[in-house]
Amino acid sequence: MEVGQLQRSFVEYMASLFREGFLDAQFSQLQQLQDDSNPDFVVEVVSLFFEDSERLLNDLTMALDQPNVDFKQVDAHVHQLKGSSSSVGAQRVKNCCVPFRNCCEEQNTETCLRCLQQIKQEYLLVKNKLQTLFELEQQIVAAGGAIPMVQ
Amino acid sequence: MNIGSGSVLSSTGSWKSGDVVSDQFPVGLRVLVVDDDPTCLKILEKMLRNCHYEVTKCNRAEVALSYLRENKNGFDIVISDVHMPDMDGFKLLEHIGLEMDLPVIMMSADDSKDVVMKGVTHGAYDYLIKPVRIEALKNIWQHVVRKKKHEWRDNNFDQSGSVEEGDRQQKQSEDVDYSSSANEGNWKNPKKRKEEDEEGEERDDTSSLKKPRVVWSVELHQQFVQAVHQLGIDKAVPKKILELMNVPGLTRENVASHLQKYRLYLRRLSGVPQHQNGLNNSFMGRPDATFGTISSLNGLDLQAIAAAGQIPAQSLATLQAAALGRSATKSAICMPLVDQRNLFSFENSQVRFPEGQQQLNNSNKQIDLLHGIPTTMEPKQLANLHHPSQSFVGMNMQVNSMAQHNNSVIMRMSQSQPRAQMLSGANNGSQASRLPLSMQQSLSSEGIPGAVLAQSHIVDNARASVYNPVSQASSMVDFSVNQSKELQNYNFSLGSNSSGMSNRGMLQEEANSDIKGSRGFPSNYNIFNDLHQPKSQNWGLQNVGSSFDSSHHPSIQGTQGVSSQLLLQQGISSTHNNGQNRNGPIGKSMYTNGEESGHTNLMGGPQLNSVSRNMLAVKAERFPDADYQSTNFPEQFGQDDLMSAFLKQQGSVGPVETEFGFDGYTLDNLPV
Repeated sequence: MEVGQLQRSFVEYMASLFREGFLDAQFSQLQQLQDDSNPDFVVEVVSLFFEDSERLLNDLTMALDQPNVDFKQVDAHVHQLKGSSSSVGAQRVKNCCVPFRNCCEEQNTETCLRCLQQIKQEYLLVKNKLQTLFELEQQIVAAGGAIPMVQ
Repeated sequence: MNIGSGSVLSSTGSWKSGDVVSDQFPVGLRVLVVDDDPTCLKILEKMLRNCHYEVTKCNRAEVALSYLRENKNGFDIVISDVHMPDMDGFKLLEHIGLEMDLPVIMMSADDSKDVVMKGVTHGAYDYLIKPVRIEALKNIWQHVVRKKKHEWRDNNFDQSGSVEEGDRQQKQSEDVDYSSSANEGNWKNPKKRKEEDEEGEERDDTSSLKKPRVVWSVELHQQFVQAVHQLGIDKAVPKKILELMNVPGLTRENVASHLQKYRLYLRRLSGVPQHQNGLNNSFMGRPDATFGTISSLNGLDLQAIAAAGQIPAQSLATLQAAALGRSATKSAICMPLVDQRNLFSFENSQVRFPEGQQQLNNSNKQIDLLHGIPTTMEPKQLANLHHPSQSFVGMNMQVNSMAQHNNSVIMRMSQSQPRAQMLSGANNGSQASRLPLSMQQSLSSEGIPGAVLAQSHIVDNARASVYNPVSQASSMVDFSVNQSKELQNYNFSLGSNSSGMSNRGMLQEEANSDIKGSRGFPSNYNIFNDLHQPKSQNWGLQNVGSSFDSSHHPSIQGTQGVSSQLLLQQGISSTHNNGQNRNGPIGKSMYTNGEESGHTNLMGGPQLNSVSRNMLAVKAERFPDADYQSTNFPEQFGQDDLMSAFLKQQGSVGPVETEFGFDGYTLDNLPV
C-alpha cells in the first residue's frame, strides 16, 4: 500500500476509535506530548498501561476468586485501573470502572464478577485497537511517510 | 526556595520577592511527583518536562520522603497521588507539611467531594482530578510563588497580622522584626489544617499579610521540643513555649500551629506503636505506662551495665540514674512489656549488679528504676527517649549487652515493642541482641555511653516516628562496653531500686546514696532531660534503627563522651536541685556536642523513613522527644539523658553522618 493510502487509513481508523468511544481526549493529549525528544512516547505509555492493566486484572480475578472476598482490596485495584485507563484515554475501560466500584461497595461478588468480565472485554478490545493503530503507524513509517496528526 | 528579596528560587530561575515572576520562572521549577501508577507517573513526568520543569518521580511515598529529607531545599513543589499502597497520600501531605513545608498538590481519579475536602483540610495546595491535563500542570508554579510571596512579605513587613489565619495573625505585630530573615530559611506558617478557614488548598491570602511561614528547622524544633518538655506537654501553651524558646521573630501563632501539628504527630505516634512500654504513650501522658517501660529499661540497662561493668561508667550512670530514678518512683510500674524484653537482659544482668539491685532481677524492678526517681539521669534519659519502651529497650539491651559484651553493647532502642528486632542478637544473650548489626559495629567502638544514649534516642525516635514501620524498633546502639568496672560502682540506686547500677564513678555518688532506693536524683533527670532536649545529640545513634527518626535527636552524635559525663556528673550532683532542669547546662553541652556532629536531623517528625534512615539518624524530624519528657516522665528523661550521655560519650557513634551521625551504622541490616 502506498503511503498516502496508509495514512488515510490511519486517520480514519483513529477517528473511528474516538467516535466509538474507545479513546478520548486524553489520548490526544498523549499524542501531543510526543515530540522529537520522545518519538515513541505514546507507544511506551500504552505499553505500560497494558502491562499494568493485565496485572490488575489478574489481581482482580484472584481477589474475586477467594472464598472471602476482600472488597476493599478489589476496590483499590479498580480504582487504580480507573486512574490508569483514564490517563491513557481508554474511555470505555474507564467507564466500566464506575459501576464496578459500586458493586464493590455493595459487596456483591456476583455483580463484581460480571463487572470484571465486562472490563476484561473492553480492555481486550481497546488493546486490540491500539495495537492495530500502532501497526498502521509502523507501516506508514516503513513506507517512508509521516504519521498524520489526528485531532 | 528562600525568601527574602532576591532570593533565588531555584537553580534555574531567580525571582525576587518584589517581582513575582521573572523571565525564567517558572522554568526549572523543581517538582517531585509521587504516584504508584507507572502509567500516570510516566505521563506526568512527560507533561511536567514539557512545562520545562525539573521533574523527579518516584512511586513510593517513603522514597519521596527520603528524597525530600535528603535534599531539604531541593524541591519547590510536590505532587502526590492520594491512593498509594504504602502510605496514604494525606499522611504524606502531613509529613511534608510538618517537615519541609512545601506546597503539595494532591491528585486522584477519585473526584468525590469528601476526598477533595480531605485534601483541603489537610492543607493541600490544590487537588487535581485524573486524568491530569497538561494545562493544569502548567499553572502549578502559582502555588510556589504565592507561598513565597507571603513569606517574603511577611518577612519584610512588620506585620499587621493578616486576619486570615485566625489566631496566628494576632501576634504578628508583636513579632520581632522579620526583616532580618535571620531564621534559616523562611518563616513560614506551619500549615494549619483545619485551624483556620483555609481556603482550601491554597493559602491564598489576600491583601493582609499572611503570617510568615516559619521554617521549623531542626534546631528550632529542638528548642520547641525542649520548651514543651520543660513546660510539660499538658501545660505547654504557645505563649509560654514562645517565651522559653526566646527566638526572635517567632510569633505565638507560629508556635501555636506548630504545637498543633506536634500534638497530632504525637498522638499518631502513640496510637501507632502502642508499645507495651508505653513509652510512646507515656509521652502522651501516661506516666505509668512510660515509667514502667522506662524503668524497666533503665533498670535493665543499668543493671546490665553495672553487671557487666563494661558499660562505660558514664553511660551506665546515666542509665542507671534514669532507671533508678524511675524505678524508685514507680516501683509499681512494671515494665510492660515488651520492652522489657529488650531489657531482657536486664533481668539476667540483674544478678550482676552487686549493689542491691534486687530490682533488677525482675523486670518490674527495673521499671521501678525508671519510675522511681529520676534520680540521676536515668529518668531523664529515659524520658528523653520519649518512648521509654522503645528506647529503653534499646538501652537495656545495651546494658545487657554491655554487660555481656565488653566491647559492643548493642542497645536496641526499639520502640518499645519488640520492634527491637533490630537487635542483632549477637551481642549478648540479652535481648539486646536485637540491635542491628550495623549498629553493633559502629558502636562497639564507641563505648557504651554512646550506645546508651543512642538508645535513648532511639527510643525517642521511636516515639516520634509513628510511621516508621520498620525502624521502630531499632535503635540499636552498640555500646562498647569496655568500661566494665565502672558499672559496678555505679549505683543507680539513685532513686530507683537500681540495684547496683553503679555506673561509673559519676553516678556512683549518686548511686550510693540512692541505692537505697530513694530516688535521689531527680535532678539527674533533669539534667538529662535537658540533654535530651537537644535531642539531637546523642540520639543520633538511636535513630539508627528506629523509626524514631522523627523524634529523636541524634544527640548522641557527638562524641560527646565528655558531655555525657558531664551530664552525668551534673545530674548527680544536682540531684535534687534541679528538679526539672531540663535544659541544664549539661543538657546543653550534650546538646552541643550532638550538634557538632551536625546531625541534627533528628528533628523529630514523623518519619517515614525507611528503616535505614531511621536507624541512623533520627532524621531530623522533629523530635518530639522533648515533649514527652517534660511532664510526665521526668524519669524518662533521665533515661534519655543517660542515653544521650552515653551516646555522647560514644561520640564515636561515628559514622553517623547523617542526622544522627549514626550513619555509619547501616541500618539496612536491621531486620526490621
